[in-house]
Amino acid sequence: MAEPPRYDAVVVGAGPAGSCAATVLARAGKSVLLLERGPFAGSKNMYGGVVYPRILDGLHPQWWEEAPIQRWVTRRSTMMLTPTQAVTVDFRTQAWGRPPYNGATAYRPDFDHWLAGKAEADGARLVCSTTATGVLRGDRGRIVGVRTDRPDGDVLADVTIACDGVNSFLAKEAGLHRPVDAHHYTVGVKETIALPKAVIDERFGVRDRDGVDIEIVGGTGGVNGGAFLYTNLDTLSVGVVLALTKLAAQQRRPEEIIADLKEHPAIAPLVEGGEVKEYSAHLIPEAGMAMMPQMTGDGMLVAGDAAALCLAAGIWLEGVNFAMASGIYAAEAALEALAAGDVSHTGLAGYERRMRDSFVLRDHRKLRRAPGLVLSDRVQHRYPQLVADTLESMFRVDNPAPKPGLRRIVTRERKRLGIRRRDLLRDAITGARTFG
Amino acid sequence: MRESPRSELTDSVAHTGEERVGGGRIDSWPALAFEDLIGSTRFDVHERAHIVVDGDVCRDCSTRACVVACPANLFVPTADGGILFNYEQCFECGTCYLVCNQEGAISWSYPEGGYGVVFRRT
Repeated sequence: MAEPPRYDAVVVGAGPAGSCAATVLARAGKSVLLLERGPFAGSKNMYGGVVYPRILDGLHPQWWEEAPIQRWVTRRSTMMLTPTQAVTVDFRTQAWGRPPYNGATAYRPDFDHWLAGKAEADGARLVCSTTATGVLRGDRGRIVGVRTDRPDGDVLADVTIACDGVNSFLAKEAGLHRPVDAHHYTVGVKETIALPKAVIDERFGVRDRDGVDIEIVGGTGGVNGGAFLYTNLDTLSVGVVLALTKLAAQQRRPEEIIADLKEHPAIAPLVEGGEVKEYSAHLIPEAGMAMMPQMTGDGMLVAGDAAALCLAAGIWLEGVNFAMASGIYAAEAALEALAAGDVSHTGLAGYERRMRDSFVLRDHRKLRRAPGLVLSDRVQHRYPQLVADTLESMFRVDNPAPKPGLRRIVTRERKRLGIRRRDLLRDAITGARTFG
Repeated sequence: MRESPRSELTDSVAHTGEERVGGGRIDSWPALAFEDLIGSTRFDVHERAHIVVDGDVCRDCSTRACVVACPANLFVPTADGGILFNYEQCFECGTCYLVCNQEGAISWSYPEGGYGVVFRRT
């Protein structure tokens, strides 16, 4: 049997984390194998639909001139739904529709394929249609590469970077993950619906490449989670994010919850008439700091969704940016370790230092209470009703009765909904501490 | 059809692969039957099942969380109290093994490289 091929680094998974890691390593002249189990990079990947590529300014300056985006998000709406009401906070700025831009809707198979192509162009070897099935161990248990599902498919590497996604079987096998807890996950389920560009422009009040991002609380039936509606060029992405344990404990299936959302009076006029082009789903590591694994082992680093680097904090929903940054930092730490000839946990310590010093862990630490607050029963099921009922009372003209004061309305609606004053205050304080 | 022939790991040429166009059925508003909905998604099915469900274990399960939670609706209860499972139109998401509380009921792995769900490029 031939000696297995040897690389300076093997990167498992050609998503945003893996492709950025491979780019940094290849540019430094290292031999890099970038493995992808799908037939092309991005083929296994889906998300709600918005990417914030600012972190690429360093790696791929002027990325906006070539990245395959759908629309630049110039309008962000946060919407609260009850079965018959909707409250929307709508923000728009033209600044996000011109360089250097902010966020964009994009299809992951397009975006990830592009980013992997950049790594290839810089000298990384991208090999698709290859599943990593386990880690290889050397002296004292150090990870020295991966086994793949090809014949004679072992690959040796000084550093293995696991960017193998939310289920990361490599990080689990390496003993870096905590015991898996279903409470820490949500499942995102989405329909991509085709509509003519002119129809989308008209319904959402945008032109050219400008686009809209609508985040929705209360559109997921009895299941805690969130819903979203994003504009692509000539399709809409409409879907839900559902807490796994809550989903499992009731009777509505994900596609039924989406169907209900699409029939809501505030949503139906936006989405009706379109043809479904694709139905998709993906798991989301939702719990942030509470579920993050050890990100460094002997000979191994963990990045992207594999490291649970997804920020699900209600008004901020990000993941691809954290994945790209973690890939960059992992590769920089790997370069240090390779130069020093020490790829042990200690030699690779530059990774977590970079993560702690950057937005990656600072944002997560700052917003560590957000996932729990946003997914709590009160925020999910009571507060949208409280806000909507309060506004309905405020704006209803009840002549000849005089207008009631706002405080009286809130108190009346709060009591009617059985929300205790001290719970409301406590959540307000938690919200202020989390987001303030 | 395979876009990316499995090149040797030591080959000098790497394969990125190209997307096949079409293949999915498209129906129109309003409500789609679930088969039509998931029929819009592309799956390159391998002959080996990447997920195996032990129906004997499922017979003792009363929660059946997989039946409601699997976004691909792959777990179907049978009249005799078992679970019928088909791996072919699987998103490879992991929901089923996470919600399952029956030890040993679901053996979960990824499909062979190059197979399984293929999300669409434009």
